[in-house]
Amino acid sequence: MTLNAFLFQALNGLSSASGLFLVAAGLSLIFGVTRIVNLAHGSLYMLGTYIAYSFANQFSGALGFWGGIVATALIVGAIGAIIEIVLLRRIYRAPELFQLLATFALVLVINDATLWLWGPEDLLGPRAPGLRGAVEILGRHLPSYDLFLIFAGPVVLIALHFALARTRFGRLVRAATQDREMVGALGVNQAVLFTSVFALGAALAGLGGALQVAREPANLAMDLTALGDAFVVVVVGGMGSIPGAYLAAVVIAEVKAICIGIGVVDFGFIAINFSKFTLVAEFLVMALVLITRPYGLLGKAQAAVRSIAEPEDPIRPASPTLKALAALLLILLLALPWLAQSSPYLLILGIDILIAVIFATSLHFIMGPGGMHSFGHAAYFGLGAYGAGLLVKSLGAPMGVALVAAPLVALAGALLFGWFAVRLSGVYLAMLTLAFAQIVWAAVFQWEGFTGGSNGVIGIWPPAPFDQSSAYYLLTLILAVIAVLLLRRFLFAPFGYAMRAARDSSLRAEAIGIDVKRVQWIGFAIAGCVCGVAGGLFTFAKGSISPEAIHINRSIDGLVMVLLGGIQTLTGPIVGASLFATLQDMVMRQTEYWRALLGGIILVLVLAFPQGIVGAFDALWRKVGGRS
Amino acid sequence: MNQTPDKGEALLKVEGLCAWYGAAQILFDLNFEVGRGEVVALMGRNGAGKSTTMKTIMGLIGQRDGVVRFNGENISRLKPFENARRGLGFTPEDRRIFSDLTVLENLDIGRQPPRTFPDGAPAPLWTPQRLFALFPNLAEMPNRPGGRMSGGEQQMLTVARTLMGNPLLVLLDEPSEGVAPLIVEQMANTIVALKEQGLSILLSEQNIHFAQLVADRVYVLEKGQIRWHGTMPELAGNEDVQRSYLTV
Repeated sequence: MTLNAFLFQALNGLSSASGLFLVAAGLSLIFGVTRIVNLAHGSLYMLGTYIAYSFANQFSGALGFWGGIVATALIVGAIGAIIEIVLLRRIYRAPELFQLLATFALVLVINDATLWLWGPEDLLGPRAPGLRGAVEILGRHLPSYDLFLIFAGPVVLIALHFALARTRFGRLVRAATQDREMVGALGVNQAVLFTSVFALGAALAGLGGALQVAREPANLAMDLTALGDAFVVVVVGGMGSIPGAYLAAVVIAEVKAICIGIGVVDFGFIAINFSKFTLVAEFLVMALVLITRPYGLLGKAQAAVRSIAEPEDPIRPASPTLKALAALLLILLLALPWLAQSSPYLLILGIDILIAVIFATSLHFIMGPGGMHSFGHAAYFGLGAYGAGLLVKSLGAPMGVALVAAPLVALAGALLFGWFAVRLSGVYLAMLTLAFAQIVWAAVFQWEGFTGGSNGVIGIWPPAPFDQSSAYYLLTLILAVIAVLLLRRFLFAPFGYAMRAARDSSLRAEAIGIDVKRVQWIGFAIAGCVCGVAGGLFTFAKGSISPEAIHINRSIDGLVMVLLGGIQTLTGPIVGASLFATLQDMVMRQTEYWRALLGGIILVLVLAFPQGIVGAFDALWRKVGGRS
Repeated sequence: MNQTPDKGEALLKVEGLCAWYGAAQILFDLNFEVGRGEVVALMGRNGAGKSTTMKTIMGLIGQRDGVVRFNGENISRLKPFENARRGLGFTPEDRRIFSDLTVLENLDIGRQPPRTFPDGAPAPLWTPQRLFALFPNLAEMPNRPGGRMSGGEQQMLTVARTLMGNPLLVLLDEPSEGVAPLIVEQMANTIVALKEQGLSILLSEQNIHFAQLVADRVYVLEKGQIRWHGTMPELAGNEDVQRSYLTV
């Protein structure tokens, strides 16, 4: 690749950086002030592209296009304001992670609303009026529109910088980013501030999306792609730093552009197509930055967030009533193959639910008592699933060996990733775990020779007698019970106390002699290992494993299950996983718009039970039983 | 037992105030009041509930019970910003300066419109210039970020920031904590000066010497309950109360 080609590719990168920056800046502003990681931010970006497309097609000409872009930003800003007022405002006092659940429900709803309004086809907008041509730079043709985008990013950066530094609104935003409660105590109406910040962030995302309309087609996968990119940019740049977001957007976009520019390189023994490594490269950059500069390139250590939620109650051993109920339930579940002889589908659903229970319980282990909010639990599920599948496929291992190997593969991955992850905390840890999960996913997806690429590994059915769903169901049930009891045992052992102490105050825990990092690392590894069991069982239950099954969606499903059940109870993840798996199964078979329906159900649950379902029952129980 | 202060209707009247952190009850049925122009001290050891009382009055503790009247209005269910907009100022003991913002920017966050008492009398009106006259140290560093100031300077800034809201009454949480003796004395003088301008203050304090310099009356807290109340001179002369509830 010549120097000119390299520089030209770098220019391409700069024009992509502008779009990335706009989404990330909005996400960063919203997080800074409201402390909500808005998972729907990518959806707002996607809406921007679709709405701008409609404007450009309805009102042709320059006014339709450029006026449409401005109008789109305003409309998406208004949508953001409505979201904040109708939904988020009700849940600021809910546990932090519960808010994620609500915004993820929005992702589902917005995605289906877009499908309903615009249809499933990709929509490519018209070329930008006035910028249809190309400019000759370095002997190549750079579209004028790309040149325009290169400048659009810095212009917004400078405008935002001055707004934050020189206006009262900007001062309030910066003050609230540090200590919003104090800002309220000084007479500032937080509700208005939060709404306007959310609207501004949404408008930026909408603008970013709208500007893409002349560059790439609007499609329904843009929401999660944009969200992932924005996460990476915000975390690499440093939460809350707008210049950091621009810097990071440039770094990420350049790394991607250069990967594409390099193309296939033949190392003699192996030919690597770098253009297929953009995803891995992006997340590797993020992991590298987080390890060397834990708060991002220009970020600062986050001030300890003053939680406005209630302090968490300690976990208590189950009451005798609950234990009796659990035993009764277990007997029922053991008898299910005989009870359900007329409807064998019930057993298939049962297997799905039990796998979900193992997955959610292991995630809850590090999220609840561990206080480590993993956004990438799918990685360990995937390692277990692929570990088992590939052992059977490549080495012809029997199912027993594969099911023992699955947690071990996951354990190895969790030990490696966990070592990095426990060095961070809070939202940075969440993002790093997401990055690792994305690396596992991308490796599986792109390493076609070994993993089968997007087709996955197929034809891995359990041998007799487990080819009968009743036998496989019982096997799954036994493993699930062992997994749950084992995790519970850890929590009530001194190790579990140490982990909870580390969550509640790492400083104090260290002062009494607990090696916090080590305890968290072991906790992370245990959770990953147990999660591998779920992955292994999944492969044999479905007879196959594909990258789709270990995508970011699965990580988020896990979060939803845990949060749905309530994070501070041990029964929570079991109830949440059962409910979620059942809902998903029922809803998906009902309608084409199952995402919206699922999202709607989650939203109703979030608004009705801001403490999770089990948490809500607990609260009710305490109310009945009096305050003591 | 002199329940009512001699300056007419109480500005702040607290009746049956209770508060909880989670399942733990911190405040038990507190009853007290602050008259217009009074400086009242809440005294007690660490953990007695002084700061919690102030936060509860301000609306910062979610689980609370009882009635708080300010200017006769029941403000006990209002949000912190609504209380601030009625002229209730709050300076937290940990100061909570916006460390990324400069002194002037910190002051700007606290800015509120001029205010009058219900009888039409204007409350003291504060500007950065007037506050710089009150706290000369701050005048020397208008553009310094809050994070690069000493503890004493931050303490002055947090008081000044609250005054920018032109409050009728300030909840002043342990102004003498963790600052140099010279600054403590300066702070006492400032409180006296503020009182002379018509500001009412509810002060939380462990240090009886500091309280003696500024307070008219005292309520003594222990384990979230009021154990004693009376005038400042009465407390100064009552060694039993001091030994039981104040000295360490």
